Amino acid sequence: MCGIVGLYLKNKKYEKSLGIFLSGMLNSMETRGPDSAGFAIYTKEVKNNYKYSICLNKLSEKEFKDKINDFIKKVKINKFYDHVILETNEKPNKILRILKENLNEVSLIGYGKSINIFKQTGNPRDIVKNFNLSSFSGSHGIGHTRMATESAITTEGSHPYSTAEDECLVHNGSLSNHNNVRRSLIKKGESFRSENDTEVAAGYISSQISEGKDLESALKECLKNLDGFYTFIAGTKKGFALLRDEIACKPAVIAETDNYVAIASEFQAMAHLPGINKANIFEPEPGIVYSWGKK
Amino acid sequence: MGQEVKLDLKKIELREINEKLQSAERCEGKSDFTIINPKGCHALCVGLVHNLNIIINGHVGYYCAGMNQNANVTINGNVSTGVAENMMSGIVHVMGNASQSAGATGHGGLLIIDGNASSRCGISMKGIDIVVKGSVGHMSAFMAQSGTLLVCGDAGDALGDSLYETEIFVKGKVKSLGVDCIEKEIKPRHLIKIIGLLEKSKIKNIKPEQFKRYGSARKLYNFNIDNVSKY
Repeated sequence: MCGIVGLYLKNKKYEKSLGIFLSGMLNSMETRGPDSAGFAIYTKEVKNNYKYSICLNKLSEKEFKDKINDFIKKVKINKFYDHVILETNEKPNKILRILKENLNEVSLIGYGKSINIFKQTGNPRDIVKNFNLSSFSGSHGIGHTRMATESAITTEGSHPYSTAEDECLVHNGSLSNHNNVRRSLIKKGESFRSENDTEVAAGYISSQISEGKDLESALKECLKNLDGFYTFIAGTKKGFALLRDEIACKPAVIAETDNYVAIASEFQAMAHLPGINKANIFEPEPGIVYSWGKK
Repeated sequence: MGQEVKLDLKKIELREINEKLQSAERCEGKSDFTIINPKGCHALCVGLVHNLNIIINGHVGYYCAGMNQNANVTINGNVSTGVAENMMSGIVHVMGNASQSAGATGHGGLLIIDGNASSRCGISMKGIDIVVKGSVGHMSAFMAQSGTLLVCGDAGDALGDSLYETEIFVKGKVKSLGVDCIEKEIKPRHLIKIIGLLEKSKIKNIKPEQFKRYGSARKLYNFNIDNVSKY
């Protein structure tokens, strides 16, 4: 089943409330996905500043700090439940290598100049509370509540999946050809952290973007090469896009006002948003990419 | 009773409201019940058996007015998947848009959708009449068995796929017809049927002659012996 949500703010005055709105959206999707939950929040980027979202697993914040300070000195670390956001001017190549070679007890959830990404197993309401989602502000965010089918209930099996800088994906559905696609992506040099089908879709979209396509064109390629059921919301630092497979068994509803665009699996996830009763509410058509974002 | 009753989903549990409506008797009024603050909740007004007038103000979730018998339910908003699914009789009127599988497996009664209905509208319908003032999505009337689907707008891909005996009327364009669904001649009795449905749905300014009729080619009813070598 799974529940997916997305909120893109057109009006800056709502940016402080992004976390509050998104909390309500995720909480009401608890029934669609009680196994795990996660969300990505996009905030304003600062020049040369990278943010690494890291799940500490069993490591304490102090242990992590001590270990990372062996390699880099100038870092800022903010803790959210069992995740930290590590901010530094060091480029991804270096940090990713350090994490892989010297800190393999922690898991990198995502990184970029704008993205903050968190996910964990457990009830969505607890996760929203533990990570203090309502305290976040930002320009847009996407979230997911998971009812596990294709892989185990683990942090690695939770959404969103981030497979490249500032990119992420949430998915309601299941893919049937993910093993084949995974093999061909591995041959191209991609690597995967889980057995999950959505991670493959995220990797596929990232590889399309790395070849020079924009998000919309990358999603259109999914229609040709990903087999199965899906409603995707894919985020970048500019905005997000939605795609449903051509059979369109997996639900989605869009509500658009002058102030925001909200996407959810069910209307009840957006019933609390301001001005929702005057919003233009419609069901996205199958096989069509819908996107919103800054130019 | 005799006066209209207001039911607020902010204050009363969904189950309590449904139980109340399932056991309520009809009274003389414009509407017997008005439901407010549905906020997309599922299974509202399901399993009603009495001749009641009910108005819902707001957008509702899945299976609204499912299994309806006799009741007349009007929704001032949009509905999610499976509105009036398996309806037996009565009228369900959606003032906004409907999501997929509207009127699925319905045996009787009338479902009116003022906006658009998305994919699989009238899937496996078994005698219900469905009137959509806007357009319907792909695979509408899939495996439909009897009843009527009347669409004032356009129809998506694979209309009437694997159709039995449901009659389909579409005024606008049909993106593609499904397997064993063909266009058929409109006869006087069909025009009478269309006029009846337009009147019941209070649709004016549309002439019955503007519709095209689609139905089953009846080629899937029996096994074609020429295909035996394929199995």
